[in-house]
Amino acid sequence: MGTGRLYAAVAVSGFRRYATYRVATAAGVFTNTVFGLILAYTYIALWDERPGLGGYDQAQALTYVWLGQGLHSAVAVMGGGFEDELADRIRTGDIAIDLYRPADLQAWWLAADAGRAAFQLLGRGVVPMLFGGLFFTLALPSDLGTWAAFLVAVWLGVLVSFAIRYLVALSAFWFMDGAGVQQLVGLAGIFFSGLLLPLNVFPGVLGEVARVLPWSALMQAPADVLLGERTGFGLLGTYAFQASWAFALLAAGRLLQSVATRRVVVQGG
Amino acid sequence: MAEPPTGTEERAAAPDAWADVTPLRDGLRAYLLIAGMWVRSTMAYRASFAMTAFGNFAATALDFVAILLMFSRVDELGGYSLGEVAFLYGLSSTAFGLTDLAIGSMDRLGRRVRDGTLDTLLVRPVPVLAQVAADRFALRRLGRVTQGLLVLGYALAVLDIEWTAAKVLLMPVMVVSGAAVFAAVFVAGGAFQFVAQDASEVQNSFTYGGTTLLQYPPTVFAKELVRGVTFVLPLAFVNWLPGLYVLGRPYPLDLPQWVAFLPPPVAAVCCALAGLAWRAGLRSYRSTGS
Repeated sequence: MGTGRLYAAVAVSGFRRYATYRVATAAGVFTNTVFGLILAYTYIALWDERPGLGGYDQAQALTYVWLGQGLHSAVAVMGGGFEDELADRIRTGDIAIDLYRPADLQAWWLAADAGRAAFQLLGRGVVPMLFGGLFFTLALPSDLGTWAAFLVAVWLGVLVSFAIRYLVALSAFWFMDGAGVQQLVGLAGIFFSGLLLPLNVFPGVLGEVARVLPWSALMQAPADVLLGERTGFGLLGTYAFQASWAFALLAAGRLLQSVATRRVVVQGG
Repeated sequence: MAEPPTGTEERAAAPDAWADVTPLRDGLRAYLLIAGMWVRSTMAYRASFAMTAFGNFAATALDFVAILLMFSRVDELGGYSLGEVAFLYGLSSTAFGLTDLAIGSMDRLGRRVRDGTLDTLLVRPVPVLAQVAADRFALRRLGRVTQGLLVLGYALAVLDIEWTAAKVLLMPVMVVSGAAVFAAVFVAGGAFQFVAQDASEVQNSFTYGGTTLLQYPPTVFAKELVRGVTFVLPLAFVNWLPGLYVLGRPYPLDLPQWVAFLPPPVAAVCCALAGLAWRAGLRSYRSTGS
């Protein structure tokens, strides 16, 4: 089996694994829709008070809400997906088996996570967006080009999200209980991805810092592309920003992995 | 036939008279025992407890930070000042935090149904509800209660409320009744998980979603939504109706003022309905059999 085909098969099985739980997916969509509804009304109140806040008009702000609800499970803002599993394998020592498999550890999990993200983008993304579109006035682009550009930004966001969570999972080599690190990174994700409030509404220095952190590549960047705030060189700049974080964090993951595997002692001999 | 009852008859009748009370007392005792066990096991790793409690605190605090960030850009939201929003936020968060602390593990019920471990609970001579509620009792959830109380304290410090005896009395009554309303939602959600095992996330939209909704003033939301949480799922009785009375603000729906004092009976009705739902759910349970 060629390497490409191997990872493609892993990605497909990742997709199918999440597609199995239909009731759970429906429940998740329902919850996202309820939270979307609550956020949408608070944003309406906020933008009524200050039209044009953060450079968005009200329709753009509402689009941001529903986009966020549709997107946050695909880019795994709150964590979830593979990192618990990998951390568990590190803790139990099963990682030793993974390490002598003829496949690259990082690429394997990346493929599995890409499959998950693809399913969650479709399974959990489309319905909240449609609901939002039906009941609120959204500012969705009409040209296919912007949608295509948006999808590229989403995939770069998934890549950055994976790279962050890979680092979190690898921390299990050093901490017997990785819950603390996971919780901390999860909190940072919720806050700095812009899930609670768009990052361009963050005031002053906090906003400037939030916008250059890797989490802004997860949701804020794809949202800005879809809302038509990034075109031409601006679009390339956004891609470059996302890709640099993805590259840097994936490289850090590889480095950490090589350090970890050199010092790993598998329990139980 | 009009003889006074003899001593033996009285003793024979006693178990029946107690039948409704004893399970409740037994259940409460079992709940405390199981919760105490989890607290002892948590305290075996004190550093871990301190960290996760802080994490719980920080996670809920971020909600409020988002509100603070909003108010860094605006002076009012839906006509309410930061202090007033903090007041509603603190009440909702404290009431929900108490429930979350007491029975927050109810949302794990679906998993127990799925993997078959619920059967273990059924054979024990203790009410299932008490066991499920105390399962993995997490003292770290004090973090949320603490955060809610701090925000409420801040609100009381900055707001200039015209206190009356009724308002002062209403404050603790409101928090306790609110916690009971949320508890009813948790239990009803648990009952729903007997039917739809994978759908535990639906419960989150009414529990976590409910408390998030109540953190904002009702004027922010559409009238239909406010009507829904007033008359259908009476979450508005947690903090909106009584809280707005304390603040001296009109409720967006045209309701008489005494409605603000209804949280205790509303909570009692909710709990009774949730209890019925729980019984129905438990009766409909069929083990996986694998």
